[in-house]
Amino acid sequence: MGSRSMSVDAASRAAQATRVPAATGDGGVADEPVADPVDGSSGPHLHHLLGIDDLGGAAGIEEVMRLTGSFLEVSERRIPKVPALRGKTVASLFYEDSTRTRLSFETAAKRLSADIMSFNVSNSSVRKGESLRDTALTIEAMGVDAIVVRHSSSGAPHRVAGWVEASVVNAGDGWHEHPTQALLDCYTARQRLGSLSGRHVVIVGDVKHSRVARSDMLAFTALGAEVTLVAPPTLLPPSLAGWPARVSHDLDDVLPGADVVYLLRMQRERMSEALIPSLREYTAGYGLTVARSRLMRADAIVMHPGPMNRGVEIAPEVADLPQSTIVDQVRNGVAVRMAVLYLLLGAGLDMVPT
Amino acid sequence: MSLVVKGGRIIDVSGERAGDVAVEDGVIVAIGGDLSGDQVLDAEGCVVAPGLVDLHAHLRQPGQEEAETVESGSRCAVLGGFTAVVAMPNTVPAVDSAAAVREVQELARTALCEVRPAGAITVGRAGERLAPLAEMAELGVRIFTDDGRGVQDSQLMRRAMEYASGLDPSVVLAQHCEDEALCGGGHMHEGAWSSRLGLAGQPVEAEELMVMRDIALARLTGARVHLQHLSTAGSVRLVAEAKAAGLLLSAEATPHHFTLTDKCCASYDPVYKVNPPLRTAADVAAIKTGLGDGTIDAIATDHAPHTQEAKEQPFDLAPPGLLGLETALALALTELRLPLKSVLGLLSWGPAAIAGLGKTQGAVAEGRVANLCVIDPAATWTVDPATSASRSRNTPFAGRTLTGRIRHTVYRGEAVVVDAEPQR
Repeated sequence: MGSRSMSVDAASRAAQATRVPAATGDGGVADEPVADPVDGSSGPHLHHLLGIDDLGGAAGIEEVMRLTGSFLEVSERRIPKVPALRGKTVASLFYEDSTRTRLSFETAAKRLSADIMSFNVSNSSVRKGESLRDTALTIEAMGVDAIVVRHSSSGAPHRVAGWVEASVVNAGDGWHEHPTQALLDCYTARQRLGSLSGRHVVIVGDVKHSRVARSDMLAFTALGAEVTLVAPPTLLPPSLAGWPARVSHDLDDVLPGADVVYLLRMQRERMSEALIPSLREYTAGYGLTVARSRLMRADAIVMHPGPMNRGVEIAPEVADLPQSTIVDQVRNGVAVRMAVLYLLLGAGLDMVPT
Repeated sequence: MSLVVKGGRIIDVSGERAGDVAVEDGVIVAIGGDLSGDQVLDAEGCVVAPGLVDLHAHLRQPGQEEAETVESGSRCAVLGGFTAVVAMPNTVPAVDSAAAVREVQELARTALCEVRPAGAITVGRAGERLAPLAEMAELGVRIFTDDGRGVQDSQLMRRAMEYASGLDPSVVLAQHCEDEALCGGGHMHEGAWSSRLGLAGQPVEAEELMVMRDIALARLTGARVHLQHLSTAGSVRLVAEAKAAGLLLSAEATPHHFTLTDKCCASYDPVYKVNPPLRTAADVAAIKTGLGDGTIDAIATDHAPHTQEAKEQPFDLAPPGLLGLETALALALTELRLPLKSVLGLLSWGPAAIAGLGKTQGAVAEGRVANLCVIDPAATWTVDPATSASRSRNTPFAGRTLTGRIRHTVYRGEAVVVDAEPQR
């Protein structure tokens, strides 16, 4: 666990010393080499991002937020690109189809001038019998600095991190975590609400099978928010021991006190597992319908990780309300992933080209 | 060729005494002071015990020889002090016919210890039709099980029990207790850790439901039933009650279920993936208590080798199972805090009786087959998977220092392990 901990000081020193990206506000690609951290040493820093806890609590999350703000500004330039990771190679290893997350990471890497290798394995190479370890080592042998892993199995990125030297970013593992989603959610919520301290975040839906719910709960609470999970008992994990959250089965009761209503995607296969009788009944109890949205305070926001099932967990009219942050989330996603890649690969590195 | 085990303290079911053990032509010919023989095994400071008996090992042959063979598995066994192993029938193909039994018996002829095939209860272990139990019993099979799966169909299980009651009285049906529907494809114990790790869990009730059902069926049929690898406090309680009610019930538990908990799975390393899964600390305590008070009759290893490749997958995709033969005795001596004689009862004469091996295993006495192990109870050693005799390396105990080690093992009068080294 020690290797995953970071020194936020070292990371922020590195960010300042490299003058990336805030200091190069000329709209172009700064060409000068990026300097080493002030003291020239490459002290301890974040090596993998496998879960929210790897950021070491509020300070680490704040550092990501701060960098995200800078990178958002980069994204708005005429040429939205900085040389921070020039010469670095980022591989995306997606065992599960997720075009939006893969594009978001790859766009982030490109805007940092990293080279991209894209492996779309879906589940075919598993069927061909190649072990996860062999696949990871094969990719590393091609010379990569970071591997972005998406897998339908919880813990797959943790296994990869144990086998390779490269940094590993968890882009969603099974039901476990999706840390960059949570970071972009926190950033988006803060854009709208300001400080999250004392705010009430209500996460609604299939918490049991949701990596987004786990990461969001950890990130929002680390930033001082209170989290309530709202779901039928069948869609909650079997044990909530140690979870920093309250639980409710009554959305109507919780909505008036919410600052953030976070709707999880409801998957159709849950019906065949006898977890809910029908989507209709789910929507009646837990969907954010138009009528129910009127229970929300005017300044509360509605979030969703996408892709939405309009008419199931969220009414189409609600998805398009100004309180909905869904488009902002996608936009901020690129900047958050730039911040994460930068923290992993940019801090404490010798960037001097020959 | 004669052999003498010199200078040890002999412990078996009849008690404890000092003495040398002299062996000729595979049989114990004398026990006493100052005996001599062509080969001398030094047992100074050691305990001389009957060889250990494992009711539950997966030797993977035929069909998965890349993970283990009867020969390599039997080498693990004797290094761990076992002189008899019951080989589970979930091979490829399954041991569900006389022909399959004969194949394993043929492989067993050159093994380093006695290897007794268990037969499947149902054809192909599919849980649909009874396998030819009588035909397999004719060939000497005494334990029948679909291990790896429990027989889900209650009526079929009832019929199996009734049918088996008409066979040799030492025949026993052994159940892998798992209600598959309730397990719901779980990969670890269902609880706080599975919830946090985002892994599907198996509730303890999935095991306990089948324990309850088989106790009920044992009452209905009067058959002998053996419950395999108990892992929950509730199962131990149920077995204690059923035994008190006079049912013909026996039970086993594995070393990993009295040493490891579900927290181990937090690393996502599938070396900790096993079925039944590692449970909570309270369950571990209950298993230990059950072993101490006689509720659980035997320690069985559930030795389950898997190749590195198979375990180099994410947790949910990797197969369950871990190595056990080489570490079982030392884990029991290190972790159980029971008198040595009690541990030996759980590992030798207890399981020997359940497996119908009482004639060849489980005693040190003149006229008996010389199946012996010599234990140095004070020796400490560190588990190193690289030195395992198994074809696989999937032990969760790597790096763990244990107290108590096998010095020598004698199988049918042959010193198959001398000074902790296999002799062939």
